[in-house]
Amino acid sequence: MKPFNIYLCGVGGQGTGLLSEILLRGADHAGLQAKAVDTHGLAQRGGVVVSHLRIGKKIYSPMIPAREADLVVALERHEALRGADTALRDGGCLVYFNTVLQPLGVRLGSDREVSENFLNRNCKVRNIKVYIVENGGLMEPKMQNIAVLANIDKNNLIPLVKTRHLIQAMEDLMTGPMLEKNMAIFKNSPLTV
Amino acid sequence: MKNMGDMLLRKPGFQEIVMGNTALVRAMVESGTRVITSYPGSPTPEIAAAIQTIPEDERPFYFEFSTNEKVATEVAFGAALNGHLSTVFFKSVGINVAADTFVQLSLLNIIGGMVVVLGDDPGANSSQNEQDNRHFAYLSYTPMLEPASPTEVYRYYKEAAALSQKLGKVIILRLTTHVCHAKEKVTFAEWIPRKEDYTPKFNSKNGPYIPLASAVYPMKKRALRQLGEVETWIEQRRLNTLVENNSTLGIITSGLTYLSLLEILEEAPEKPDILKLAMVYPVPERTIIKFLKSHDEVKIVEELDDELERSIKAIAYDQHLTTRITGKSDIDDWIGEYTPDKVRQILKKTWPGLVADGKRLDPPSDDIPLRPPQMCPGCGHRSAFHAIGEVLAKEDITVADIGCHTLGYHKPYNMGEIMVCMGSSAGIGSGLSLFNSSRKVVAFLGDSTFFHAGLPGIVNALFNKHNLTLILMENGTTAMTGHQDHPASGRNFNEISEAIPIRQVLEGFGVKSIFETDTYDQEKLRTLVKEAINEKQFNVVIAKHPCMLLFAKKQRKVKGENPFHVKIDQKSCDKIHTCIEKFGCPSFTRNSDGMISVNNELCIGDGSCIQTCPRKAITR
Repeated sequence: MKPFNIYLCGVGGQGTGLLSEILLRGADHAGLQAKAVDTHGLAQRGGVVVSHLRIGKKIYSPMIPAREADLVVALERHEALRGADTALRDGGCLVYFNTVLQPLGVRLGSDREVSENFLNRNCKVRNIKVYIVENGGLMEPKMQNIAVLANIDKNNLIPLVKTRHLIQAMEDLMTGPMLEKNMAIFKNSPLTV
Repeated sequence: MKNMGDMLLRKPGFQEIVMGNTALVRAMVESGTRVITSYPGSPTPEIAAAIQTIPEDERPFYFEFSTNEKVATEVAFGAALNGHLSTVFFKSVGINVAADTFVQLSLLNIIGGMVVVLGDDPGANSSQNEQDNRHFAYLSYTPMLEPASPTEVYRYYKEAAALSQKLGKVIILRLTTHVCHAKEKVTFAEWIPRKEDYTPKFNSKNGPYIPLASAVYPMKKRALRQLGEVETWIEQRRLNTLVENNSTLGIITSGLTYLSLLEILEEAPEKPDILKLAMVYPVPERTIIKFLKSHDEVKIVEELDDELERSIKAIAYDQHLTTRITGKSDIDDWIGEYTPDKVRQILKKTWPGLVADGKRLDPPSDDIPLRPPQMCPGCGHRSAFHAIGEVLAKEDITVADIGCHTLGYHKPYNMGEIMVCMGSSAGIGSGLSLFNSSRKVVAFLGDSTFFHAGLPGIVNALFNKHNLTLILMENGTTAMTGHQDHPASGRNFNEISEAIPIRQVLEGFGVKSIFETDTYDQEKLRTLVKEAINEKQFNVVIAKHPCMLLFAKKQRKVKGENPFHVKIDQKSCDKIHTCIEKFGCPSFTRNSDGMISVNNELCIGDGSCIQTCPRKAITR
C-alpha cells in the first residue's frame, strides 16, 4: 500500500491525542505499519495541538512533510483551515468538527473569525473534499473527537482500517463508563457530509 | 483496556505501540535500574507518567521527583556510589541547573553505573532556547548516545546502562522532543528480574572521590582514556548504521535527522551512502576515516550546532584526506528542528539536483488567526494579572519566571516583560531596582520554582537589601508540566509528605512584609500590591489560587461534565468588552454583532470574571 498520511489538529483540551492514539492502534489492528507523534507540553494550554500519523511500509520520519497529508482531521474550524493550509495535499480530504473556539486575536477584535464559507472556498480552490461533522447539541464536548472518528469510519476515509479495528483500538484505551459512552457515540453518530 | 503498568513489568517478551518515553521505562526495568530521579520538564514528563502506571509497591526501582535537576543528579549519583544502577532524566535546560554536579561525574568511578537521560528540544517547542547539549558531552568527557526512534531509545538505554556499569562511568542518552514523543510498535525482550543485593557498597577505596589538587590530573586522565574504550565497544556492539547505495557521495548524521534524511531520499533517483552514528561523543574515529576514504564528497547533516562537522574535519586534516567535506551552509542551518522539510532545504543547498522540491512552495496563509497558548478558564493567574495590571503604572517593570504565569506576557495583560530561566526573577528584579527610584520593579515566581531555584534570589534580595516586590503565584502544583507535586503540595511522588509552608520559609528568611490573598479577591489583591510596591524594602505578595485545570479535571472524574457556567445578561451588557478584552478569559466569545456570549464548552463556572464587569452583566 502507498503510504497514507493523517494530520490531526485541534485546540489543547479537545482530545486530539486520544483520537490519534485510536487511529494509530486501529491501523495496527488492521495489520498495517504505523508511526505517529503528538504535541505535548506548553502548547496544550489552549494552543494548537497537532498529531502526525503515518501508515505504510516505506515511512521513516514520524513527521509528515508539508502538504503531504492525505487526510486532515480537525476538531475546530480555525484549526481545520490551518491544518489544510500547512499539511494537506491538493485533492486531499478534510474532516472537521464544526465548532469554534475563538483564538486570542478574534476575541480581542483584531482578527477575523474563520467562517464556514471562507474555509469551504479555500478548500474548493485546492480541490479538497470536505466532510463537516456537526454537533447536534447533544454531545459532551469531550466526546466530539469520537463523533469525528465515527465519520472517518463511516465514510471509509482511511484505507483498510475498518470499524472492528477502531473498536478494538478503543477497547485497548478505555474501560468502564468512559468506554460505554464513547462507544455509544461511535456507533450512533449520524453520518454527515 | 490495556494496562501500561502490567505491560512494563511483563516477564515474557512482547510487542506494543509505545512512545519513546514509555519505551525508556521498559528499558530501565529490563536493565535492573534501581534508582531513578527527575525534575519535571518537557519533553520528559511522560517518563514519570509511565512510571506512575506501576503501583509503587510493584516498582522494581525507587523513583522521586527531586526539588531540581541538580539535586536529582546528586541523588542518582549517590545511589550509584552504593552500587545501584541509577538514572536521572530532565529537559534540555535542566542540565544547566545540574551542571555543577554533572561536570564532575565523568571524573569519578561510579560503581553502580549511571545514565543521564536528556530531553533536548530542537525547535524550542517548549523551552526558552534550543541549546545543543552535545556540548556538555565534550565539556565533561562523557560519552553520549543518540537514538532516533522509540525502538532505539529502548535499545540504546540498555547499551548505555551496560556500558556504564562496565566502565563505572556516567553515560548520556540524548533524546530530542520528537524522539520522546514518537510512537511506534517496539519489540521488547523478556524481563528476568535479577537477584537483588541492596548492601550499601560505598567504599572510598573505589575512588578517589575528592577531586582536589593533584588528584584531579589522574582522574581526568582516566576519563580521557575511557573514551578510547568506548569507541571500541561501539564498534563491537555494531551500533553505528551504514546505508550503502554504492555512491561516491556520503552523508554522516545521527538521531532523528537520520529518519528525516531517509524520508526525503526515498524518492531520489540516486541516493548517497549514509553513516548514522549511534554515539555522537566521542566520534568513532576509525569508522569515520573509513567512510571518508571511500567517498569523494561527504556532507555532515546535523541538527543545531556543528560538533560533528568540526570533529570530522579535524580528523580529515590529521589524516591528510582529500575528501570534500561540507557541513553547515549558512546560519539557517544552525536553527530549528531538522524535520524532513528542513533536511530537504539543506540538501538542496549542497546538491541542488539530488531531491525534488517540496509540495509547498508558497508561505503559510496569513488569513488564519494565530492561536497562542493561554491561561485556562478559571486560572487564578488571570485574576492576579488583571488586578495587578490595574495598580501598576505604565513605566513600572515586571519580571516573569518559568511556569504557567509566563503566559501573562501575551495580550491583553503584557505582564512579565523579561523571562530568562527557572528562579531568575528575584535576581533580575534586584538588578533592575539599582539606581532606580522612579520605576517600581515587580517580579513573579511560581511555587514549584520557588523551591527549585527561587530561594537564592530571595535570600540575596534580603541580604543585600534590594527594593522590589516579589509576587508568588501559588497554585499548589507544578502545573505547566502536568501537575506534579512539589515540596509545598503535601505529597511527593510516592506518598504523603509534610508540606513545607512557603509563608513560614519566607518568615524564617526574615522577610518583614508578607501580604497574602486568594487571587479571586481582586479588590484585596489590588490593595495589597499597591501597598507592597510603595514600601521601600523587599517584600512578598503571596497571590494564591489552586490550579483550576487540575481542579476541573478532578471534578469531572467525580461528577462528570461540569454543569456550572456564568451567563451574560444581554440587556445589561453595553459592549464595553472588559470581560473579553481586558480580563480575557477564553470562555468569552465575541459575536459578529459585538455582543458577548459564554462558550459553555470552556467555562467552568468559577465566576472570577463576575467582579470585572462594570455593568454587572455577568451572572451565575
